Amino acid sequence: MREWPLWEVFVRSRRGLSHVHVGSLHAPDAEMALRNARDLYTRRQEGVSLWVVPAAEIVASTPDQGAAFFDPADDKVYRHPTFYDVPEGVEHL
Amino acid sequence: MTTLADAGLFTYVLGLADDALVSAQRMGWWISRAPQLEEDVALANIGLDQLGQARTLLAYAGQVEGAGRSEDDLAYLRDEREFRNVWLVERAQTDFGVAMARLLVFSAWQRELYAALASSSDATLAGVAGKAVKEVAYHLDHASHWVVRLGDGTEESHARMQAALDAEWPYVAELFEPVDAALVAEGVAVDPVALKPAVLTVVEEVVAEATLTVPQVAPAVGGGRRGLHTEEMGYLLAEMQHLARSHPGAAW
Amino acid sequence: MYGNDFGARAETSSDEPRSFLDLLAGDDRVEPRDEMPDAYRRTLVRQIAQHAHSEIIGMQPEGNWISRAPSLRRKAILMAKVQDEAGHGLYLYAAAETLGVDRADLLDQLHNGRQKYSSIFNYPTLTWADVGAIGWLVDGAAIVNQVPLCRCSYGPYARAMVRVCKEESFHQRQGFEILHTLSHGTPAQRAMAQDAVDRYWWPSLMMFGPPDDDSPNSAQSMAWGIKRFSNDDLRQRFVDMTVPQAEALGLTLPDPEIRWNEERGHYDFGEVDFTELFEVIQGNGPCNAQRMSHRVRAHEDGAWVREAASAYAQKQAEKQLARTEGAA
Repeated sequence: MREWPLWEVFVRSRRGLSHVHVGSLHAPDAEMALRNARDLYTRRQEGVSLWVVPAAEIVASTPDQGAAFFDPADDKVYRHPTFYDVPEGVEHL
Repeated sequence: MTTLADAGLFTYVLGLADDALVSAQRMGWWISRAPQLEEDVALANIGLDQLGQARTLLAYAGQVEGAGRSEDDLAYLRDEREFRNVWLVERAQTDFGVAMARLLVFSAWQRELYAALASSSDATLAGVAGKAVKEVAYHLDHASHWVVRLGDGTEESHARMQAALDAEWPYVAELFEPVDAALVAEGVAVDPVALKPAVLTVVEEVVAEATLTVPQVAPAVGGGRRGLHTEEMGYLLAEMQHLARSHPGAAW
Repeated sequence: MYGNDFGARAETSSDEPRSFLDLLAGDDRVEPRDEMPDAYRRTLVRQIAQHAHSEIIGMQPEGNWISRAPSLRRKAILMAKVQDEAGHGLYLYAAAETLGVDRADLLDQLHNGRQKYSSIFNYPTLTWADVGAIGWLVDGAAIVNQVPLCRCSYGPYARAMVRVCKEESFHQRQGFEILHTLSHGTPAQRAMAQDAVDRYWWPSLMMFGPPDDDSPNSAQSMAWGIKRFSNDDLRQRFVDMTVPQAEALGLTLPDPEIRWNEERGHYDFGEVDFTELFEVIQGNGPCNAQRMSHRVRAHEDGAWVREAASAYAQKQAEKQLARTEGAA
């Protein structure tokens, strides 16, 4: 093996938030990947929880699919609360 | 006025501080020389933890002594005979296997030590130990992972890791030399003798998992706790102290 | 260099996909799986790799003083700073890898001299004050170069730079603080500080690259949104920022032509002698060979460790497979 595999790193910055992709690193195995991620991406207390995922295992949509995947959501404004009129003075809605 | 009890405590704290300081000094060498870039970052973290422990402990030693010496006075202006660190940490470590073998033993020992010291009757020491025990637990984890990978990696790495372990093993015994009995009796200091079984169990489990064997070698003479060091210590201090000593009284 | 691409032949592109041009026109970000011209991809790979290499080689001149830092506080700061440089190199290699190259290949190209790093790191750190001068001037110049890169058209590079810039802010300050302490210290310390500034001033100005009329890649890079400002504009910005700071330090900059130009609203400064820069780029700087051999040696000395970890991982994977099959 020429180079250790690539791992994608996700950090939960604090409780209540999702893990967010922050970058990648190289490590020989999952245990070391987690430790390297701790040392590299949370040196300044940036996280309370980490995920590492082998980059080769990520399944991603392609830009070609972009139009078919994401444009149909464009016209479904009724999914967003701002679509609805609320009479003046009505609260907690 | 420094009482006799204070003098004992001063020496004891210096021993802990100097172990950490000299380890940090050796660890600093690795930054830009590690086997992989990720490891440069990891070893720097470990060195920074050790340096942080050293600074807190040296500051406390200065306070116990009561002569107005700062952490820097103690680090930069003491001569070799006044350093109280063990031989394990002071020799050069330019082989990654040696660095990991040493960190395994040292952090296993520090972890047991700080875990016990966290309930010291000396509130300052208890506080320092309570924080440091979490740091050294991570160092132990890091060293363990590497010793296992190198021991159970390739034929070459197995041989090199065993050789590294053999090279470090004579210096293990000095970690367990007794300290000031009065301090132990008062519940201030931890008796290193009592740490031995737990430390060896931890290390031996890692060594076994790494498919390595525990070396059967005679312990080195030692003497670091009494201020007697290896020849390598002089060079380490010359390098570390030279600039500060060239400008007496200067602030940096 | 340090995020400033020169010394290589200019890349131009005739065949640019519509989707790519639309992204640029909308000042939107190009992401790894988007269609992009080969020349854009190659330019980015070369620039990001060069930037990453600079961070990694840049560990050495300052690392040179870790063992000799004159106080424990300074030692801790310096260790954390050199560690950050390794981290920045890693963020940048990660960004480059999204373009379909392997870090191992990029490192090979650094080691065999096919890819460059910033020439500033081919100067030696002769005294402790050089650590201060690097922080204040070299990191200062790097920040001026790097802040616009946070808005670079390539998403992963821009995001890496946001992270780098955030962490970089302490680097320049600690350098300024070192020089401030020295310039207000003993006469010997003050002389040490002035000497360091004298040696690092001109090389810092060279970090912005050749003058605009001699910068073959700039126009294309600006069209692609990789580069946002010209070399000369950035250099001027750095001088304007630095001259008042030098006054605050009580140190002089080694250029008698520096003076405020009311009309331009900028400081005038002397002409940079780029023949020296090109000599250093050609490999004739004071430390080129030393920096490379240090780096190559670390890599070669670590080979057995990297191989061992791979071998261990493979053995564990095989054991895992055997267990799964045994259970089935």
